[in-house]
Amino acid sequence: MNLKRPAKEQPESFEFNSSSLESAKNIVLKYPQGKQQSAVMALLYIAQKQNNNWIPLAAMKYIAKFLDMPYIKVYEVATFYTMYNLSPVGKHFIQVCTTTPCMIRGANQLVEACKEKISENECELSNDKSCSWMEVECLGACVNAPMMQINDDYYEDLDKEKTLKILDKILKGETPKPGSYRGRVNNEPENNRKTLMDLKNA
Amino acid sequence: MLKDQDRIFKNLYNDMGSDVDSSQKRGDWVKTKELTEKGRDWIINEIKDSELRGRGGAGFPTGLKWSFAPKEVGSRPHYLVINGDESEPGTCKDRDILRFEPHKLIEGCLIASYAVQAHICYIYIRGEYFIDGQKLQVAIDEAYEKNLLGKNAAGTGWDLDIYIHYGAGAYICGEETALLESLEGKKGQPRLKPPFPALIGLYGCPTIINNVETIAVVPTILRRGAKWFSSLGRAKNTGTKIFCISGNVNNPCNVEEEMSIPLKELIEVHAGGVVGGWDNLQAVIPGGSSMPLVPKKICETLTMDFDALVAEKSGLGTAGIVVINKDQDIIKCMARIAKFYKHESCGQCTPCREGSGWMWRMLERMSKGEATKDEINMLEDVTNQIAGHTICAFGEGSSWPVQGLLRHFKSEIEERNNINPIVQKKNNIPYLIDQHLLDKKNA
Repeated sequence: MNLKRPAKEQPESFEFNSSSLESAKNIVLKYPQGKQQSAVMALLYIAQKQNNNWIPLAAMKYIAKFLDMPYIKVYEVATFYTMYNLSPVGKHFIQVCTTTPCMIRGANQLVEACKEKISENECELSNDKSCSWMEVECLGACVNAPMMQINDDYYEDLDKEKTLKILDKILKGETPKPGSYRGRVNNEPENNRKTLMDLKNA
Repeated sequence: MLKDQDRIFKNLYNDMGSDVDSSQKRGDWVKTKELTEKGRDWIINEIKDSELRGRGGAGFPTGLKWSFAPKEVGSRPHYLVINGDESEPGTCKDRDILRFEPHKLIEGCLIASYAVQAHICYIYIRGEYFIDGQKLQVAIDEAYEKNLLGKNAAGTGWDLDIYIHYGAGAYICGEETALLESLEGKKGQPRLKPPFPALIGLYGCPTIINNVETIAVVPTILRRGAKWFSSLGRAKNTGTKIFCISGNVNNPCNVEEEMSIPLKELIEVHAGGVVGGWDNLQAVIPGGSSMPLVPKKICETLTMDFDALVAEKSGLGTAGIVVINKDQDIIKCMARIAKFYKHESCGQCTPCREGSGWMWRMLERMSKGEATKDEINMLEDVTNQIAGHTICAFGEGSSWPVQGLLRHFKSEIEERNNINPIVQKKNNIPYLIDQHLLDKKNA
């Protein structure tokens, strides 16, 4: 199991802004009447997006009231799932996969790059407070290992040099192009494709 | 090698685009109405005859699963839930289906919903695949626009709504009952079975849960016939499968191949061979991290299907092949997998919650050579205490890789860990805590 603790400094109150409120109402409609609790995960995402990528306790209380469910149930969900950040993270949140398939292809180089460019320890903000990084478990892009995720985007087929370049861009406020960094197309075998060749040339 | 015309996922590498028009060009959404007009029983029987087995890991026959749904809809509605919570290390096949072949999945959802009489279908996608989920959402919106979903979907007379539900980074939500809990807005802790979800599932209603790949192959099977599908592979292990080949190979890739293909062919032909040559191969994890590894000796002749791998005390699982060559420290690799399971245990059952941490810490010490001789047997004992003593299959999933390591690489662990135990056997002390009594007696 992994333990998650809410941040010590918490804002007093939280409320959805108008656009969050609208998407929250649409999400509740996806589920049968009386089962609005199902929307809790999506609403936590909305709160996280609205509140600089982390969820304060006040937001959990707000969502509990919004969905007419006990606060503790929202708290349970927010602490159980790893993608909800309960304390502030950088605007650019970098997750490096270090599970075995990435590890054996050199994920530790990506970690080194993050340590050099962002912060010595994981989950710490960089000097300009814009980035933070952490090691995570399998992100499900194993044939593109080693890889990392920055906010929603996947950056694949990396090594230390490429990671340093990407991080430089991020620190400058640019958005590097997501996808493979060895120039291959999606998940096809590089220079070695033997299947569906007619379509490739079509 | 499988012929290109027999491949189901023609757009696996996105040569043609994933929108509805290009999907229709490669045969999706063609005569869907005529398939459903043949009736529920025909669909279910055809899937049974094709011997399609679930692609999510357990390999349960899909047609049989569908037949468990109640024949008549009572007071409770039926649901279809698609499991796209792909988190098994080594596996990344569903992601490609979500982003490149979404219409195969959506059409499969319509046919499966019709077969099990569900009007609502939820697709549960892991939260990390947000971008890929958005692509699926675009495809769903397209389908609504073209009246392929919604009221009288694709002219079949069947009403169907599809909704996407995002997970939030919990591996355990790939377990079907944990997935249902998560869909209901709770923490993803598996339920006891029975009752099985086919009778009491989502919101207490009959629910059929299938993997993304399983549902996505259904329309093609019905179109080309069960006979065609079952002619591929071998009996009880039929059809095609997307294999994800990762790790120490020259060209890691996803490739759709026939079941029962030799492992060596997959690695040598499609993945460009092992880094450092075939002789540099150490071991292969054949089906995602929870399946026991197989050493090189077995890899020479291994064929990739459910039953052949069970015979080697491993399993096909999700067909995520992780190749490990001799440059890697195998104990370290397994220790990292144990750490994954320690991190992902949901904490519901004590053997798994505590045991997964024990296994990880012991393996970490073993990889550094800091463990004592007796701990190797102790580790084996711990794995046996976890497997089979938990609510869900996570217990097996976390202990099998460790058991695989002990089965094939025990001598390597023994070589590295030569320290004598703190309590010597000859003293015959059952528990360390009684040491003081013995000291007193000897004094």
